[in-house]
Amino acid sequence: MRVLAAMSGGVDSAVAAARAVDAGHDVVGVHLALSSNPATRRSGARGCCTAEDARDARRAADLLDIPFYVWDLAERFRADVVDDFVAEYAAGRTPNPCLRCNERVKFAALLDRALALGFDAVATGHYALLVDGPTGRELHRAVDPAKDQSYVLGVLDARQLAHALFPLGDTVKDAVRAEAEVRGLAVARKPDSHDICFVADGDTASFLRRRLGAAPGEVVDDSGRVVGRHDGAYGFTVGQRRGLHLATPAADGRPRYVLDVAPSTGRVTVGPRERLAVRHLSARAPRWCGPAPHDRLRCLAQVRAHGEPVPGTARVAGDRLDVELDEPLLGIAPGQAVVLYDGTQVLGSATIDATSRTDELAGTRP
Amino acid sequence: MSALRSYLDHAATTPVLPHVVDAMAEQMRAVGNASSLHGSGRAARRVVEESRETIAAALGVRPSEVVFTSGGTEADNLAVKGLYWARRAADRRRRRVLVSAIEHHAVLDTADWLAETQGAEVELLPVDPVGRVDLAALHDRVGCDPASVALVSVMWANNEVGTVQPVAEVAQVARAHDIPLHSDAVQALGQLPLDLSAPGLDAVTVTGHKIGGPIGVGALVVGRDVDLVPVLHGGGQERNVRSGTLDTPAIAGFALAVDVAVAEQPTRAARVAGLRDELIRTGSALVPDAVLNGDPDLDLAHRLPGIAHFSFSGCDGDSLLMLLDAQGIECSTGSACSAGVAQPSHVLQAMGADLERARGSLRFSLGHTSTPADVDALVAAIGPVVERARAAGLVNAARHD
Repeated sequence: MRVLAAMSGGVDSAVAAARAVDAGHDVVGVHLALSSNPATRRSGARGCCTAEDARDARRAADLLDIPFYVWDLAERFRADVVDDFVAEYAAGRTPNPCLRCNERVKFAALLDRALALGFDAVATGHYALLVDGPTGRELHRAVDPAKDQSYVLGVLDARQLAHALFPLGDTVKDAVRAEAEVRGLAVARKPDSHDICFVADGDTASFLRRRLGAAPGEVVDDSGRVVGRHDGAYGFTVGQRRGLHLATPAADGRPRYVLDVAPSTGRVTVGPRERLAVRHLSARAPRWCGPAPHDRLRCLAQVRAHGEPVPGTARVAGDRLDVELDEPLLGIAPGQAVVLYDGTQVLGSATIDATSRTDELAGTRP
Repeated sequence: MSALRSYLDHAATTPVLPHVVDAMAEQMRAVGNASSLHGSGRAARRVVEESRETIAAALGVRPSEVVFTSGGTEADNLAVKGLYWARRAADRRRRRVLVSAIEHHAVLDTADWLAETQGAEVELLPVDPVGRVDLAALHDRVGCDPASVALVSVMWANNEVGTVQPVAEVAQVARAHDIPLHSDAVQALGQLPLDLSAPGLDAVTVTGHKIGGPIGVGALVVGRDVDLVPVLHGGGQERNVRSGTLDTPAIAGFALAVDVAVAEQPTRAARVAGLRDELIRTGSALVPDAVLNGDPDLDLAHRLPGIAHFSFSGCDGDSLLMLLDAQGIECSTGSACSAGVAQPSHVLQAMGADLERARGSLRFSLGHTSTPADVDALVAAIGPVVERARAAGLVNAARHD
């Protein structure tokens, strides 16, 4: 196969590319420049994908003796991931930009271009397994539970998965590092990347404030009493406990959590932990990794990249997906993805837009 | 990767001449710092000075006017910064730096740096749609307030699209107001006849690796009466204008290459232009909607003989380059930054091209080792490659709704 290996400059994508070469594929390495910070007449410095990362990727490609190019997908990344991220927060939701990047950049813009240019597949360093099953290609959890990235790949449909290659899914991270060392890859000991790549300093609240400006509002408790103020509702996420800066202590002295963020009124509602419990969630725009399921299915639902999967029953109706959880989950924010699993197999995903503590879905937001 | 490579990127760098390699290897075996006073030092110094004389003779200048540098970028920096500082020191009013909009980044970014940190005001001289600097604009910009101009810098011929600039006319304008003119002739040397004696032309950049010499050596040819403030301070070599131990092997190789480049310029240019014309003719026939950038007059007076620069509508230059590279055909998308991301060419944009045309462009540049087989290889590949790159471009454009 002709394989395009997306090489971030990290150890995972380098070993993934190496394994693709070992498998006998005709491999070309591509580093995606995803952020443009124009300076004078040349836009050179790259925020998230630094020149150093590009160099590390290039050196890995040199060692593998494969051609290597840098493709500028900064414009697509900005429009489809960064702007989407900001808009989601502005709307009071909590997006997962990695998932969006996989859906719209790596396995859309990049994959489509690769296919058009004559490649058969895109290989990445994601930790997930692809298994050819009776009904087609299946996406499964990686064998390393600590590194499993199947959650952020749950947005990929059958066509995208058919052209994906995840060579690391059967290996634990330590073994990947050891392999990189044996292969002589200089990135073997490079630290893992963390957090959101385009928020270089990790301070998401400040990043959002720079993009959205101050939008002061009230923090109220669940009786509607004003207990504090904030300078931007977008800085809050359902389930958040820290950084609330509440002026008025709770009557019972117990910690309070963000229960709701309403950007239209700028109102952030806080309350006790038990009010975060969610039994029901409603999600839009489901994407299925294989054939869409009929009507109802028993499955495991996971709402965070490294969250616990919870058993439940999903009901599919057109562009809607409702999930009734067997046991409550705490602090689910609109905008998060719910990814459905059957054992280790990823079935699909959808974007949560409403939750409920009871069997009834209250306060559905469009 | 294919074993047979068709190298069509001579404007980036061109193969070193075999006798240059031999001469450099010989010099590298010798010990001696050209600034040392003993026998080994004198031997090295002799090589440097003979090389300087060879270059001066080939270029029609005095040996003392040849200031060796580490290459074109350093020579451009020395010219632009050195002239600016010296002129500004002599008269504080001289803060305007007039450079053409299509200069190499070695000039453009240097000028920008002067603006950002040294109080300069940079004015970009516009070019016409074929990439030739607008002389009327130059007249206006200089004439409106000549006393405030520190220097003018206009390249001899553009490195991307190959358009030859009216350097003699620019020099006349500069001279009329006693303003120093610098010209980056990195691409012109060996390709065009260079007359460095034009009155008003004060500093000219040349480099070794575009003419069959080594990478890492060049010179600023600068009049003896031109005041320059050094960029590099130290041992006081090169008229105190450029300190640093002289690179004897590189300078020896550079001199041999300049000698050949100037002596063989007419025959090389004719041969290379013949290949280039064939490339343009058959390439344009195979891809009828390809746009030839630069001066449509292929004569030496208008266009470098080795450069064919096309825009392919709907294509991404990166895709074209990768597909050609996979077939062993090596070319360039324009000026690449250190991360390897091809930026839309400032040259094409200055010529009025939109972003799409700038992004979908490729430069094929031929040189002294180019053969008809190189052109044939490109001609055989270009049709399907453009078709495929266009399909890839359409895919992404379609998703971009």
